[in-house]
Amino acid sequence: MTPSDFNTVLPEFLLAVFAMGALLFGVYAGKDKTAPMLVWATSGLFVALALFIGFGGSGERAAFGGLFIDDPFARFAKVTILLSAAAVMMMSQDYMSRRDLLRFEFPILVTLGVIGMMFMVSAGDLMSLYMGLELQSLSLYVVAAMRRDSQKSSEAGLKYFVLGALSSGLFLYGASLTYGFAGTTQFAGILSTLGTDAVPLGLTFGLVFMLAALAFKVSAAPFHMWTPDVYEGSPTPVTAFFATAPKVAAMALIARLTWDAFGTIPGEWGQVLAALAVVSMFLGALAAIGQRDIKRLMAYSSIAHMGYALVGLASGTAMGVQAMLIYMAIYVTMNVGTFAFILSMERDGRPVTDIASLNMFSKKEPLKALALLVLMFSLAGVPPMVGFFGKFYVLQAAVDAGMTWLAVAGAVASVIGAFYYLRIVFYMYFGKEGEPLDSNMAPVQWVMMVAVAAAMVLGVVNLFGIEPAAAVAAEALVR
Amino acid sequence: MDNVLSIITFIPAVAAAIMALFLRGDDAAAQRNAKWLALLATTATFLVSLFVLAGFDPSNTGFQFVEEFDWILGLKYKMGVDGISVLFVMLTTFLMPLTIAACWDVDKRVKEYMIAFLMLETLMLGVFCALDLVLFYLFFEAGLIPMFLIIGIWGGKERIYAAFKFFLYTFLGSVLMLVAMIMMYWDAGTTDIPTLLNHTFGSEDFSVLGIHVVGGLQTMLFLAFFASFAVKMPMWPVHTWLPDAHVQAPTAGSVVLAAILLKMGGYGFLRFSLPMFPVGSDVMAPLVLWMSAIAIVYTSLVALAQSDMKKLIAYSSVAHMGYVTMGIFAANQQGIDGAIFQMISHGFISGALFLCVGVIYDRMHTREIDAYGGLVNRMPAYAMIFMFFTMANVGLPGTSGFVGEFLVLMGIFQVNTWVAAVATSGVILSAAYALWLYRRVVMGELLKEALKSITDMTRREKAIFAPLVAMTLLLGVYPSLVTDIIGPSVSALVTDYQAAIPASGDTQLAQH
Repeated sequence: MTPSDFNTVLPEFLLAVFAMGALLFGVYAGKDKTAPMLVWATSGLFVALALFIGFGGSGERAAFGGLFIDDPFARFAKVTILLSAAAVMMMSQDYMSRRDLLRFEFPILVTLGVIGMMFMVSAGDLMSLYMGLELQSLSLYVVAAMRRDSQKSSEAGLKYFVLGALSSGLFLYGASLTYGFAGTTQFAGILSTLGTDAVPLGLTFGLVFMLAALAFKVSAAPFHMWTPDVYEGSPTPVTAFFATAPKVAAMALIARLTWDAFGTIPGEWGQVLAALAVVSMFLGALAAIGQRDIKRLMAYSSIAHMGYALVGLASGTAMGVQAMLIYMAIYVTMNVGTFAFILSMERDGRPVTDIASLNMFSKKEPLKALALLVLMFSLAGVPPMVGFFGKFYVLQAAVDAGMTWLAVAGAVASVIGAFYYLRIVFYMYFGKEGEPLDSNMAPVQWVMMVAVAAAMVLGVVNLFGIEPAAAVAAEALVR
Repeated sequence: MDNVLSIITFIPAVAAAIMALFLRGDDAAAQRNAKWLALLATTATFLVSLFVLAGFDPSNTGFQFVEEFDWILGLKYKMGVDGISVLFVMLTTFLMPLTIAACWDVDKRVKEYMIAFLMLETLMLGVFCALDLVLFYLFFEAGLIPMFLIIGIWGGKERIYAAFKFFLYTFLGSVLMLVAMIMMYWDAGTTDIPTLLNHTFGSEDFSVLGIHVVGGLQTMLFLAFFASFAVKMPMWPVHTWLPDAHVQAPTAGSVVLAAILLKMGGYGFLRFSLPMFPVGSDVMAPLVLWMSAIAIVYTSLVALAQSDMKKLIAYSSVAHMGYVTMGIFAANQQGIDGAIFQMISHGFISGALFLCVGVIYDRMHTREIDAYGGLVNRMPAYAMIFMFFTMANVGLPGTSGFVGEFLVLMGIFQVNTWVAAVATSGVILSAAYALWLYRRVVMGELLKEALKSITDMTRREKAIFAPLVAMTLLLGVYPSLVTDIIGPSVSALVTDYQAAIPASGDTQLAQH
């Protein structure tokens, strides 16, 4: 390891050292009593690193002989991952402490998962890609089963693990095929063996297997089956985490793999991604209609949203990548706000996730109801909320790439999807009076929710400047 | 006053924000403050908008009061008005204070009610002023949210069904329009409306999924926009959301819906469909004309059979909007003049009719026609005003209703005599249902026990109707007030449209 390699992986390195240190500290210094402090320290470190990467990084660097790439694309994804993970950690602390769920391993596992994600988005080689992917997945399997005395939580963890192992197997199979036909695992090497025409059949197979495995990670239909159960069974803070950072990482990873290793044949993988996108958008929209549990509903909502992000990637243009990045940034922000609210939903101190419990919520808590209304309309993609611009941008990328049919499909699916977001608004504003929810909400959750809702409206002015950043990131990836 | 359009657009929004942030509580004092603040804001908007009217130069057919700033994603924040849109702006600012005054008796969640109406005004004004496709779409779509809440929270018994139907119907129409807008951006490289007005979209025939499309891209784009505007108008057969929404909406909601929101569809046809896709419009015009004719006759017949007053007036609105689409797609000076005139006048008349229903609904809490009869005995002033607007609705010469219908029929007669003949029969039908409604509600002996103690209109109610009566009469006897303003812009529109057609005159032949 040369000093320049070290400089390139400095953020990941710091996080890894922090995770080990925290582990030792936790074990020797009284276990779970230290957990709240660890949560805050971890969040603080995430934010600090996000600022460091966002403002400090520049140019493109490779480390370890091309295994690890640091470019604007990776930095954009990393900042999004770190900030969303920090936000979720901060707002979970209160929920977990009060339910005696907060073990000191939680922040450590999340940290390890985040390191995995950061490696994923920076991968320059199938090996490092797989390493990052597994580090992330293994951490996530454990946190899904965090509530050890709950059947549902254990089931979620196990289900996630078994299906996750299957997808890892698929990925490895595809990777070995690719290695066999390309003779190298380095992305740059694979790219140079590919012609622009006649692609070896083995490479196509390898690519399809790898895409299927990654589709599992972003929970794109038809590889989505685990999502609703895992979302429902995991403790809510873990669900919030699943819905945000790992999605960004996996989506960025798909972009990384398709462009860096297979960038000369966007037509080939574009079709696969377009098919995944269409199925996801419609399945997410239709299946969510019947849901009564808000966590399951958010699971289907995330499937639909991944469909839209994939529309951007499927376009096979720099603009499509940019659209995907903007979409994901907006998506995680909306989810942070929504989950801040879901975390606070409780009655007599017990968590509730039934949508009907929101009956006439607006009468009791006008401000929170208004914030949730804004978030729901934003998720549905109704202007002038920021969610609309995400959709607008991916649809524009699709039309730009000559895939008008994909844009029309996305538009139609968004109408179907609007229905279930409206139903939440319906319960809050038009429902019958029922047993009300408790009105206490941790200050952090309140701030997150209201701030995100305000951002969804005010973002209409200039999207807080993420557009040029995403443009730079996309150009770094698509050459 | 360089950015007067932004000022009038955002005064209501600022007032709504102040109300949301600083008005606390829901006691009588807070309710009164909310109402007064809303009235003040809408009145101020109206007064400032008078500057627009005063400074507007009708002979200039381009856009005036233009303001332009860079925005996100390569889009622009661009506002401006021309002869076609300026009167819709005025209509909106004129009607909103009256609407606010009309909901003075509401006592359920008043603050939110006022905020919803103020936001709605901002969004409606934005639609008429926007000069960027996406900005237009933003205002157009966002208007659904406050209206969804107005119907859903303050509406009648079946309000939830109506609110969902309203939202999803119009949302489906508009997302197709969004895709078409992206296509236009892709084709022309800009979302700037004045530039797009001069851009010629491809009109070579092509095949999609084995279907031969006459007029090519223009026809496809036309259809996508049509999906949105036809639902909004609404045109037969996609009008079914309107009666539901009207019946369930509170009185003030119905007034805004009928008087202003419906006009967005007609405005959209004039701003986008005709000038940007002339060939597509020309291909589809015969179909649209017949749809309009069917709408006029069919919905008039349906109106005859209604037992609910609001539903009857809602169907009458659909019929009157039929004249509007007919006039627009006649695509000549009289037709389009008439269509715009009809929209403005329908804004006053239908608004007033819904207010008339509101007056007796507030007293008796029923909209059933059978529950009334002989009101003239106890409510002479009301009988008078209701009579006036019934006549205006029928199209009595001397009221603004007559001018609009007459111009439209004159325009359509030059284009398609058969459609004109069918549509003219609608005039008779509209007299039938309107007068019959009036007879059943107002005339005769006062027999119903419950009505014996009904009181006549209060001074506040009379004050709301006065400006509407004045405008209806004024435009009826002096129509050039409107036609002078819209004339040059419409004439430019018609000239451009006709110039675009002959180049592809053979497509029209192939169609027939």
